[in-house]
Amino acid sequence: MESKTKITAEVGKQEIVINRNFELPVELLFKAYEESGIIEQWMGTKVLHLEPKTNGSYLFETTDPHGNKHRFRGVIHEFQKNERIIRTFEMESNGFGVQLEIYAFEKLTENTSRLRQQMIYQSVTLRDENLKLPFAQGINWAHNRLEEIISRRK
Amino acid sequence: MKLRRDVFQAIADPTRRAIITLVAVNAMTPTAIAENFGSSRQTISKHIQILTECEILKQEQKGREIYYQLNPNGMKEIAEFIEPFRKMWDDRFNRLETLMKKQHKI
Repeated sequence: MESKTKITAEVGKQEIVINRNFELPVELLFKAYEESGIIEQWMGTKVLHLEPKTNGSYLFETTDPHGNKHRFRGVIHEFQKNERIIRTFEMESNGFGVQLEIYAFEKLTENTSRLRQQMIYQSVTLRDENLKLPFAQGINWAHNRLEEIISRRK
Repeated sequence: MKLRRDVFQAIADPTRRAIITLVAVNAMTPTAIAENFGSSRQTISKHIQILTECEILKQEQKGREIYYQLNPNGMKEIAEFIEPFRKMWDDRFNRLETLMKKQHKI
């Protein structure tokens, strides 16, 4: 099955664009960004604070497999129901800087919708670092598993 | 296991990105590439060498001259770097979709 999520990250640009079509009415898709209880379930984070409105803000917290807590937060520049969210995003204490995120929600049919998520980083280098983070983590995890297997064989 | 050069590091440099853009249009000799930059021929050669080691550029001998051109396989590797990132978002959005479909039925 072809994946529904498309990533555009052009060489030398400081942005990432994610496009995704959903088999959901746009109202339901938007709701997944509006209600703390729902965000917690699909993002896998704790919502410590969320004020979903223009001039609002948020503070989320995730716990990694090692039990370390990571907080990320931002201000909500614009919150237009079923249409658009513009917010800042910063992971506390990881040195990746702050990014600007623009979420465009679009109704396709009564039961389908599209999300265009544009993320703008402070520099090309920071964009690339963010982009390869899951790749680097994947290698680390593979490496850890390898170490586990080797240590078990000893 | 030998550690490969980091493709992302290779394309993080603005001069190297400019070289990629140049040879993407036409295969070029090192001299022709260097003419587009204010830096020394030696500096540009170093950049070309890094891009070749990362397999973003490939050499082709034409008569007495070496031409550099874009290696499509090298660029594909950059796409492979992106894949885990794409997968992470795809998984998140799939969770969102499943969750909201259930909500819809309630």
